[in-house]
Amino acid sequence: MAHSGINLIFEGQNLPRLLGGLWITIRVALIAIIAGGVLGIFLGVLRTFKNRFLRFILRLYLEFFRIVPTVVLLFLFYYILPKSMNLNLPAAEVATLVFTLWMAAEASDIVRGALISVPQHQVDSGLAIGLNRSQLYYYVLIPQSLKLMLPAMMNLISRIIKTTSLLLLISVLDVINVGQQIIEANQKQYPQGAFWVYGVIFVLYFLICYPFSLLAKKLQKD
Amino acid sequence: MTELLRVEHLNKAYGEVPVLQDISFTVNTGEVQVVLGPSGSGKSTLIRCLNGLEPYQSGTIYFQGQKVDPTPKNWQLLRQKIGMVFQSYDLFPNLNIMDNITLGPIKVQKQSKATAQKEALRLLDTVGLADYTAKFPRELSGGQKQRIAIVRALALHPDFMLFDEVTASLDPEMVRGVLEIMANLAKQKMTMIVVTHEMNFAQQIADNVLFLDDGHILESTPGKDFFTNPQTDRAKEFLQSMDF
Amino acid sequence: MSWQIIQQSLPMFQKGFILTLQMSALGILGAIILGLMCSLCQYFKIPVLKQIVGAYIELSRNTPLLIQLFFIYYGLPGIGLKLSAYTCGIIGLIFLGGSYMAEGFSGGFDGIPNSQIESGKAIGLSQGQLTRYVVFPQGFALSIPALAANIIFLIKETSIFTVIAIPELTNTALDLIGLYYHTNEYLLVLVVGYAIILIPLSIILTWLERRIRYGTFGD
Ligand SMILES: Nc1ncnc2c1ncn2[C@@H]1O[C@H](COP(=O)(O)OP(=O)(O)OP(=O)(O)O)[C@@H](O)[C@H]1O
Ligand SMILES: [Mg+2]
Repeated sequence: MAHSGINLIFEGQNLPRLLGGLWITIRVALIAIIAGGVLGIFLGVLRTFKNRFLRFILRLYLEFFRIVPTVVLLFLFYYILPKSMNLNLPAAEVATLVFTLWMAAEASDIVRGALISVPQHQVDSGLAIGLNRSQLYYYVLIPQSLKLMLPAMMNLISRIIKTTSLLLLISVLDVINVGQQIIEANQKQYPQGAFWVYGVIFVLYFLICYPFSLLAKKLQKD
Repeated sequence: MTELLRVEHLNKAYGEVPVLQDISFTVNTGEVQVVLGPSGSGKSTLIRCLNGLEPYQSGTIYFQGQKVDPTPKNWQLLRQKIGMVFQSYDLFPNLNIMDNITLGPIKVQKQSKATAQKEALRLLDTVGLADYTAKFPRELSGGQKQRIAIVRALALHPDFMLFDEVTASLDPEMVRGVLEIMANLAKQKMTMIVVTHEMNFAQQIADNVLFLDDGHILESTPGKDFFTNPQTDRAKEFLQSMDF
Repeated sequence: MSWQIIQQSLPMFQKGFILTLQMSALGILGAIILGLMCSLCQYFKIPVLKQIVGAYIELSRNTPLLIQLFFIYYGLPGIGLKLSAYTCGIIGLIFLGGSYMAEGFSGGFDGIPNSQIESGKAIGLSQGQLTRYVVFPQGFALSIPALAANIIFLIKETSIFTVIAIPELTNTALDLIGLYYHTNEYLLVLVVGYAIILIPLSIILTWLERRIRYGTFGD
């Protein structure tokens, strides 16, 4: 009977193990969101400057991270960092690096978009009262564009969290990996284990991402 | 003089806030009724109620002596007899000028395409835009778009026309062309209800003026008298504030 | 980096490339149809269906494709529903993409200024005519950039099909790496493969966005 399968989740250490895996997942996402967010704001500001070369390089960086699927990015860094740079990082840290750079790339585009949509007369009045460029950004442009960029940022954060599901591919012991182990270990006793374990992970992801999507919708409205 | 439109005790509120209160007036065939009043007095709302774009809470509208049953379906049928032109022209950006004008005649009134296009060309000619049939709205100036919008409404051969500040978002040099078209319509005895802030124009075409303030009709005065001798102090103040 | 190794691998990659394109095309087509139906349910506020669609959109948008695939491919057989990996991939992509497309269409429909609806009513158009001549043409045009962005997104997501062993591009590369260890070469071909599909699309997208923003509706 399918109903009995749910017991698998609550048996022994299974639930704490799953949540432990979830924590690994969340930690990667959290670091990437914070570090990538800060880097992204910085790069986004740079992308509003006049320097053509700088803008070109940063645009190239963005497009690279946009075009290449995240799965491929993960493998690129996973295989190439140790080989060509002699950098042997644990898989979870490779993933954190990839997600941070990806977050920064996408965030930089959101930040740039919001900055350039602040009306010109705001810039003019800022300059007119004698603000220098960094003061202009700090007191006028960034505060005013924050409201514009928040909904897109919420969506980006939720995308990052969803994409952490790929950690499994480079053998990080994330929530899905732990789930697989639980399913395999209990194959005999719980033939429908996969249904319940993946069902639970599905719900877990939903519970984490849904608030962000609600928030994004709410921010978009007002 | 035959009565075309009669409004009795119309009341309209947005939520708790009353916007139109106990509005009653009559418009006869061939008459130009100008609606004046300060900003926020309810002019647009009144115009929108008259072709069912806004529901109203109570009151009755009689059209050609018949009581209007204010259901969506019924309004939809009536609207082809009522032309309306908005401040923001609102041509359909996805259709060229000819299709903008003939959409109603062909789809609503089931005219043949040839008939509708012929009539559209005739009307376009009267506003000096006969060469523009294949263009899209985005290729036209504001004044041209507004003239097309008037033609689009006229193409249905409505029994009367509603104009809501149709020159308010035009550059000064565009205003005259549009006003001339409206003055011509008045000369041809088109029945019209006109909201405008162009006082000279209003004085020129108004058979009667409805002066609205805070949702009430403060006075209804023949056009020849209103501008020189308004009955209420509010109207006097208003005319002064308009530099008239 | 060896040119010879790359050349030898090309026939394999070609198969993966074609599979990626085929599955993307099917999935995207399905997603567009599903998305359109969902957005219409929402636009016309059809009771019950509207709520179901709302729940589906939230579920689909807030869960990763990978776990959706695992659930369909490994989980559903547990309750007696066994599907091939290929079918699962397509279903997964449609399930995921449908919600994104629905939101794209809805964004287009909601983007039509209310004054357009009103001037349609003012010339006497019925609800059906309004939909046919005003809402659809304008709504579709407005939703094109979002749809194009979703198409790019969905093509990239097919790389995740590798987890249920569908031999598309990414899976081909990982298989080859596992067999022959020529990591650099195979990864290069992989990236180039996606670039061939996605760069032209992304250029078209940028062009479309500009056109829609400054052209068609620059009223
Ligand atoms: N959709 C709405 N919801 C709530 N209140 C509204 C709405 N539309 C108009 N109002 C209010 O109704 C009142 C009348 O508005 P209306 O637009 O009819 O004025 P108006 O006389 O046309 O002004 P103007 O000369 O500025 O165009 C105003 O106080 C306005 O704030
Ligand atoms: Mg008004």
